[in-house]
Amino acid sequence: MNFGIERICEPNTFLRSISMGISAFLFLMPMSAGLGQKPDRTKPPRLGPSPSLKLPPIQHLKLPNDLPVLLMEKHQVPLVQFELIVFTGSAMDPPEMKGVASIAAAMMDEGAGSRNALELADAIDFLGANVNTFAEQHYSGVVLHTPLSNLDSALALFADVALHPTFPAEELERIRKERLTTLAQWHDEPPQIATVLLGKTLFGTAHPYGRVQFGDEKSLRSISVNDLKKFHSTYFRANNASLIIVGDVTAGSILPKLEQLFGKWDKGKVEQPSIPPVEQVKDRMIYLVDKPGAPQSVIRIGRIGAPRLTEDYFPLLVMNTILGGSFTSRLNQNLREQHGYTYGAGSAFEFLPTPGAFEAGADVQTKVTDKSLAEFMKELNGIRQSVSDTELMRAKNYLTLRYPGNFQSVAQVARQLRDLVLYHLPDDYFNDYSRRILAVTKEDVERVARKYIDPEKIAIVVVGDRKSIEQGVASLKLGPIKHLSIDDVLGPAPALGPGR
Amino acid sequence: MKMKTLCALASILPTLTTAQLAVHYQRFSLSNGLQVILHEDHSVPVVSTNIWYHVGSAREKPGRTGFAHLFEHIMFEGSGHVPLGMFDEWLEAAGGDNNASTNPDRTNYWDNVPSNAIELALFLESDRMGYLIDAMSPGKVDAQRDVVKNERRQSYENQPYGMSSIMIDENLYPPDHPYHWPTIGSMEDLTAASYDDVVEFFRKYYVPNNASLVIAGDIDPENTKSLVQKWFGEIPPGKPVLPPAAPVAYVSQEKRLVMEDKVQLPRLYLNWITPPHLQPGDAELDVLANILAGGKNSRLYKRLVYDLQIAQDVSANQESQSLSSKFAIEATARSGHTLAELEQVIRQEIQKIKNTAPALRELQRAVNEYEASFLNRLERIGGFGGKADQLNAYFTETGNPDYFNEDLARYRALAPDDIQSIAMTYLRDDGDVVLSVVPEGKRDLAAPGKEGGQ
Repeated sequence: MNFGIERICEPNTFLRSISMGISAFLFLMPMSAGLGQKPDRTKPPRLGPSPSLKLPPIQHLKLPNDLPVLLMEKHQVPLVQFELIVFTGSAMDPPEMKGVASIAAAMMDEGAGSRNALELADAIDFLGANVNTFAEQHYSGVVLHTPLSNLDSALALFADVALHPTFPAEELERIRKERLTTLAQWHDEPPQIATVLLGKTLFGTAHPYGRVQFGDEKSLRSISVNDLKKFHSTYFRANNASLIIVGDVTAGSILPKLEQLFGKWDKGKVEQPSIPPVEQVKDRMIYLVDKPGAPQSVIRIGRIGAPRLTEDYFPLLVMNTILGGSFTSRLNQNLREQHGYTYGAGSAFEFLPTPGAFEAGADVQTKVTDKSLAEFMKELNGIRQSVSDTELMRAKNYLTLRYPGNFQSVAQVARQLRDLVLYHLPDDYFNDYSRRILAVTKEDVERVARKYIDPEKIAIVVVGDRKSIEQGVASLKLGPIKHLSIDDVLGPAPALGPGR
Repeated sequence: MKMKTLCALASILPTLTTAQLAVHYQRFSLSNGLQVILHEDHSVPVVSTNIWYHVGSAREKPGRTGFAHLFEHIMFEGSGHVPLGMFDEWLEAAGGDNNASTNPDRTNYWDNVPSNAIELALFLESDRMGYLIDAMSPGKVDAQRDVVKNERRQSYENQPYGMSSIMIDENLYPPDHPYHWPTIGSMEDLTAASYDDVVEFFRKYYVPNNASLVIAGDIDPENTKSLVQKWFGEIPPGKPVLPPAAPVAYVSQEKRLVMEDKVQLPRLYLNWITPPHLQPGDAELDVLANILAGGKNSRLYKRLVYDLQIAQDVSANQESQSLSSKFAIEATARSGHTLAELEQVIRQEIQKIKNTAPALRELQRAVNEYEASFLNRLERIGGFGGKADQLNAYFTETGNPDYFNEDLARYRALAPDDIQSIAMTYLRDDGDVVLSVVPEGKRDLAAPGKEGGQ
């Protein structure tokens, strides 16, 4: 195994895009090989027509209990990915039970069917398979990744984890301790501290997006086995789920197996509580968390963004690519390449059913914290002014042409299909994607920049060495500074009793 | 033709793959010594170029640690016919992505592009191989020096436990061994790196006869061959680059170290020097690591984390490299527990393996996981760890790009007593480097060792 150092730190980019053989902007020319002559290096070679991605069709199947199944066949490597998506996630956690969705998910592979936690793990590992359970804000799920040769055995284990978890009390005690310890460890991690604080600041702790999905000390100590069982039996229902399958199977071969394992899964009454509206940031505040002696300051700047199904979605993707969503974006070019303040700077919109966060950030050398903030302000203002034709062309090409690369592994394809299921996007969404990106105009980009990026109304979180950075940050006069300790953000580090 | 490897256990181990693994390729070289490997995969319209320069931090001079990696950054700052910033801009405008990494043994560069942009990638890569110095300036060195220093701050200094690997390697390897110093380098040495160093390093190591180029994906092999000849054929070869040499590394008596850090919980690191990647013992140690700490039923995880619940996490890895490897066990104590408690359990479990070979099922489970991981490795074409990168890695280490079956056969060949024996040989009680990282001011939480002293 090699451990290398990468040139680029991936900024927080969550670009969703695909390219489908559009080449309105590229020059057409046959490739010339020219043996034996010096190549012409005076300008970059012209590109031939851009290729199109030919995805296999999305097959819509249904089990007798109406559980929808999306299948995309992919036969290059004998592997299969199954993703059971359940449309309830952490955002529905009751306020007194923060983390219940996440803990329920974490507990689902701690005993299921007739197997205890160790037997289950042994069985899965022995097959060379992986089973992962998770909860996101608006959905939960179980993922199986397995070699085709062990499909039947792996699928039975996957069904056990998804439908028949046993939630053993002693395993919950173990998970409880593990998570309380993780909460303590967050005190060591400036990026984690900044993320928690930014969420709280933007949405408030009463709003689902402002809470920690992982659970807090109080909820972690109080959530019971019954709470988890109730969560599972209420929400893991056939009418609140979809099954995504990608890999080396066919509908005919897989359906009988699914019917046997999932066909009798019950429906139930499932309510989808609405997400309360959230107010946009009204002013500009700096939240400075002291991390004495830190060699870098972690800067995270945020405001409320837009929902996934906004009509501004495609212009926002293009705008963010220019601002902070690619290596050549303005933020990275300025803070990294031009000034050397950081290893990487970027920005991203968090797209959820209701507006999530817009966030820009970088980890910068302590002594240039103020200068870095000034450059962030410059770029957040600048994107509202104008973008160049070159930037627009490059961002649109970047979004559309690189996307086929996201359809290589079965896990990558399944990840794309999740969006179809979660947001009821049409089957031709992927085919239409390039057209929608290419239709974005300069006016669109400048309009959404002015609508969503307002540097007068933002929350600025800085986690760093207060005594070294306070004066410089204050002298920028960006707004009032609120000083916080790490405990103010995370609460005191939970203490544990000895042993088990 | 490929040799089919048979082994005694093949009949009892359930195999996941019915067919042999094969990644078909074509290979040729240019007259300037550049080695070229082509692999066709038309599943998505993407091509990846992947160049390995056979130079890493192991080649650095004293006082210039971190230089190979700094040089990697400078490779993106333009070349004779590519103005500053245009390497990235032209690639992104064509829908491409790129990255690079440096380790002690090599530096790799990849470009993932839509298949119509293959020639752009070859132009850019050949231009920096042939004409980097034409566009070099002290200012460019300074700019990337600051970026790299921030990379060190972000990935090491501002990370909890981030400085541990640097201290371990300094103590595992003698000062004249090239794995003694970290690839990221020291701040002082990064400051000292000069424009002249860049020129010297480039002329010595960034020559076609010290590089291998893999082009994988949606390609037409004949046309691709012509394009490689067109863009790379004119670059003159450099002087021959001899394989790196390293003095013997051997830890003759246990070293115990303590480091204070801004952390909540103490963490213990046990490290041994082990055989290089693909050498006898390497696969055994991979499997031993899995048996010790891969999954809930592994020996250390089950005792420390699952049963006793005195540790938050535990890991074991055979960290394989070209000149020498490191077997590393790490465990983090829960609050209220000391590293001495963790060490006692870890030593007991190692001793058990030395006394009694693992159960057949433990071995099978580990081998099955490796076998499945080989399938997963065939899915992606480009990027770090994609097929292009793996073909280049195997080519570099074995001379055979399609070494997949041979590599997997190493694992399939193992019997339980192989694992026992390798633990006895390499996980010596008197030959490890033990590091305790403890919260500031809490040196009493460190693992004191057998005599109870420091």
